[in-house]
Amino acid sequence: MDIHEYQAKEILASFGVDIPPGALAYSPEQAAYRAREIGGERWVVKAQVHAGGRGKAGGVKVCASDQEIQKTCEGLFGRKLVTHQTGPEGKGIYRVYVEGAVPIEREIYLGLVLDRTSQRVMIVASAEGGMEIEEISAQKPDSIVRATVEPAVGLQDFQCRQIAFKLGIDPALTQRMVRTLQGCYRAFREYDATMVEINPLVVTGDNRILALDAKMTFDDNALFRHPQISELRDKSQEDPRESRAADRGLSYVGLDGNIGCIVNGAGLAMATMDTIKLAGGEPANFLDIGGGATPERVAKAFRLVMSDSNVQAVLVNIFAGINRCDWVAEGVIQALREVQVDVPVIVRLAGTNVEAGQKILAESGLPLIRANTLMEAAERAVGAWKNDLTQDTRVRAVK
Amino acid sequence: MSIFIDESTRVIVQGITGKMARFHTNDMLNYGTRVVGGVVPGKGGQLVDGLPVFDTVEEAVAETGAEASLVFVPPPFAADSIMEAADAGICYCVCITDGIPAQDMIRVKRYMYRYPKERRMVLTGPNCAGTISPGKALLGIMPGHIYLPGPVGIIGRSGTLGYEAAAQLKAHGIGVSTSVGIGGDPINGSSFRDIIQHFQNDDDTQVICMIGEIGGPQEAEAAAYIRDHVTKPVIAYVAGLTAPKGRTMGHAGAIISAFGESASEKVEILTAAGVTVAPNPAVIGDTIARVMAEAA
Repeated sequence: MDIHEYQAKEILASFGVDIPPGALAYSPEQAAYRAREIGGERWVVKAQVHAGGRGKAGGVKVCASDQEIQKTCEGLFGRKLVTHQTGPEGKGIYRVYVEGAVPIEREIYLGLVLDRTSQRVMIVASAEGGMEIEEISAQKPDSIVRATVEPAVGLQDFQCRQIAFKLGIDPALTQRMVRTLQGCYRAFREYDATMVEINPLVVTGDNRILALDAKMTFDDNALFRHPQISELRDKSQEDPRESRAADRGLSYVGLDGNIGCIVNGAGLAMATMDTIKLAGGEPANFLDIGGGATPERVAKAFRLVMSDSNVQAVLVNIFAGINRCDWVAEGVIQALREVQVDVPVIVRLAGTNVEAGQKILAESGLPLIRANTLMEAAERAVGAWKNDLTQDTRVRAVK
Repeated sequence: MSIFIDESTRVIVQGITGKMARFHTNDMLNYGTRVVGGVVPGKGGQLVDGLPVFDTVEEAVAETGAEASLVFVPPPFAADSIMEAADAGICYCVCITDGIPAQDMIRVKRYMYRYPKERRMVLTGPNCAGTISPGKALLGIMPGHIYLPGPVGIIGRSGTLGYEAAAQLKAHGIGVSTSVGIGGDPINGSSFRDIIQHFQNDDDTQVICMIGEIGGPQEAEAAAYIRDHVTKPVIAYVAGLTAPKGRTMGHAGAIISAFGESASEKVEILTAAGVTVAPNPAVIGDTIARVMAEAA
């Protein structure tokens, strides 16, 4: 789960990471008022959306007066911000963060991630702050400093000092850097984060170390023990289809194609998408309904897939292991009687009692297209979508 | 014996009184697995379907001589249960639970290293379908009847995609020595490389099939190991060619976040290491059959 910059800053500040003075606003008037409260002569107005690349997309602006803040905010609120991370539809701006501008001496990149190679938390830092980490690894790989944290004892001060010295931080500021790194690690550990990123972390002209931007991502599997983090979820930043799926306990990712997929198991769901692509189509979604494939879940899945207006055919691919195909077939039929589905539906069942399942589908009287193998299913789905089914590939159950 | 388990392996089920655990325990017993009991704290002394329940794994091991464990415990308590099994001297543990926090798994991995290698438990999973040595024993939730006994060792992250491969093999009349699910989580007990190492040393296994997916470094790590150490033919399939970058595809670990983690990059790395890659999931069985015919 992602949170906003201002929320991440609040969390990090509570762990001893210094941040510039700032406040949240829900309207242009409030933003101007916040700026007066903060004081100073220059402020940065930052659109709060769950995506990086806001600066280049026009979501971060420096202002020098009340009027300028108000005008800038009027141009941000209610707009969709399109960055290279949001996709073409962009993300809605409903909150802005107003921050006092600070004199920047140098910019540092700082990230904490779950490193899957060492299976530990890894700190990644670079003196080339301001650039994205992908750019840094491509252009200045030698500038990257790494340290892994031994989970039994946590991050050690010497590791923090090492990072500070390697980054060339003024020795007078080493202790502040240690405090910043320890704060980030403790926040990561305490709240089950999967990523903390401060880019840039800045050294100011007056010798402070401040988090100028902040991003935190949390482990969905650990939210059960952090209700205060779950509360920070902002549905306005999510794909509405994905929010709906998450609320129904289904694992869904919206894509741009037009063949909807309903599959049990994440690996098989990805494999099904790949096969559709291979057959010349484009999948509309990833959807894993879980190993069980109960009738209720199949019905929920159909409702979800059909809520995407791009869907022009639906491919159901279920490998019945512990449950049986006849039972899954009943579920599919029940779902199709409940949910209005006006596009071709292709069903491929495999596994336990497959013959009985096929028979039930055939005798249902529903206009289903059946398939025996994964490839056949994908080809028929693409064929149905292109509306050029030849007579011999059409297996419609006509009773 | 086959790797990890066979018909003589004594198995306990942690969390045996749960509905799903009971269902699958019966399934395992019907398959011929030697399930000797279960562990649920506070329910020691009870019987579940004729099997004794113990309060602790330590007690279960002392009373039944259990060597393997299947963890069916809910996510908040699963990491603790795995560590309990490791401490009690269980040799092989499969964790089915989906949804364990990643930092809990970091602690589990660290904890397991406190034991010397000779007595360190092997963990597969979490978030996996389990392990089966067809005709011998089943430690997991997979449907036993789709597997024939035979020479192919399967390792996969995904449950149902693994079933798909086994069913395709069965259609060719080809069987499986052992199928091991390593699970879809970012931090897992055993990697592809760990299991491939076992298959390379296993007399029952002649061909190795690995079913990977997007995300993480473990397919690439396996490729390097295969290139340098594996003499048996290896066939692979990698799911997620159409998966977008930066999105989690169902499995917590299925996310492309770094270089080399996309399906096409993994295919390239595996091919360069001499692995035969099935171009699509519908021809995993065909590809294995072809490689076996060529090797014969």
